[in-house]
Amino acid sequence: MKKIVNFIIATCLILTCFFVCGCGSSRNQVLAAEESQVKLRSMQSRLFDTTDKTKTLRTAMATLQDLGFVIDEADDVLGTVSATKLDRYAVRITVSVRPHGKTQMLVRANAQYNLKAIEDPEPYQQFFAAFAKAMFLTAHNVE
Amino acid sequence: MKKIYLCYFLSLPLTLTFSGCGGIPKDALSMNKATLEDRRLQTRIFDTLDEENILSASAGVLQDIGFNIDESETDLGLIVASKDRSATEAGQITLAIFAAALTDSNPRYDTKQKIRVSLVANRASEKTERTSVRVTFQRIVWDNYGQITRLEKLNDPEMYQGFFEKLSKSVFLEAHGI
Repeated sequence: MKKIVNFIIATCLILTCFFVCGCGSSRNQVLAAEESQVKLRSMQSRLFDTTDKTKTLRTAMATLQDLGFVIDEADDVLGTVSATKLDRYAVRITVSVRPHGKTQMLVRANAQYNLKAIEDPEPYQQFFAAFAKAMFLTAHNVE
Repeated sequence: MKKIYLCYFLSLPLTLTFSGCGGIPKDALSMNKATLEDRRLQTRIFDTLDEENILSASAGVLQDIGFNIDESETDLGLIVASKDRSATEAGQITLAIFAAALTDSNPRYDTKQKIRVSLVANRASEKTERTSVRVTFQRIVWDNYGQITRLEKLNDPEMYQGFFEKLSKSVFLEAHGI
């Protein structure tokens, strides 16, 4: 009898975990995004009036260090910088920089907080505010 | 039986924590009061424009203090390094054993840590012929059950002072504060 009760409790526990974490196979996470792609892109991207890719990347690294990140890796050719912030939580961010037309650079940042993608506009607004200040340039929204 | 219920209730907050619920802290991606203070602590200026020399000296200093280089991008003035070390502290183990004996559970204490560092060299300003070096340390600590117990930035002033003293000796240049 005791064994059956234990079994039922264990089953309930496992089921609760599924409900709390979100249903479905964890493999779905590979291509999953909660927000629409267009919406995500627009909240994560800004245009800057510069053509200097290296300077933009260096400024991105300086901004990330200011925000308490330790840089994980950077690639001048690909135009990417990844960094991690540890402060009782873990935030990992990738910033990519690529030319947009002849006079602008498109800067995109995507970040995750612990095990979840950051799909809320506010943290990106904060990041780009700090970044634009360091670039001495205005951040334009992407149309 | 009571123990099972206890596990059930304890597992809920843990599951919530690890499934990442609860939003990102408000100031996680914004500048705050500590930003300038941290920048001052973590940055030194050298009277040279030879960034390559600064970077190779920095790599040498990092190796001197036991770091392995994970990644570097000299075009962007970046070096990333890390080291895995023991995190055991005699005091913590004694406390853990004492607490475990009181609560009839297994002792938990920190066993290992990964210390990460990134170093970025950059021209200090367009006007001056000086190079700034900013270094940032952080660490992850695991306990004897392989669970992460600490995720933190390392901000001891002595650590940064010590590092820059070694670096300025290595490049034969005086390190200026900002």
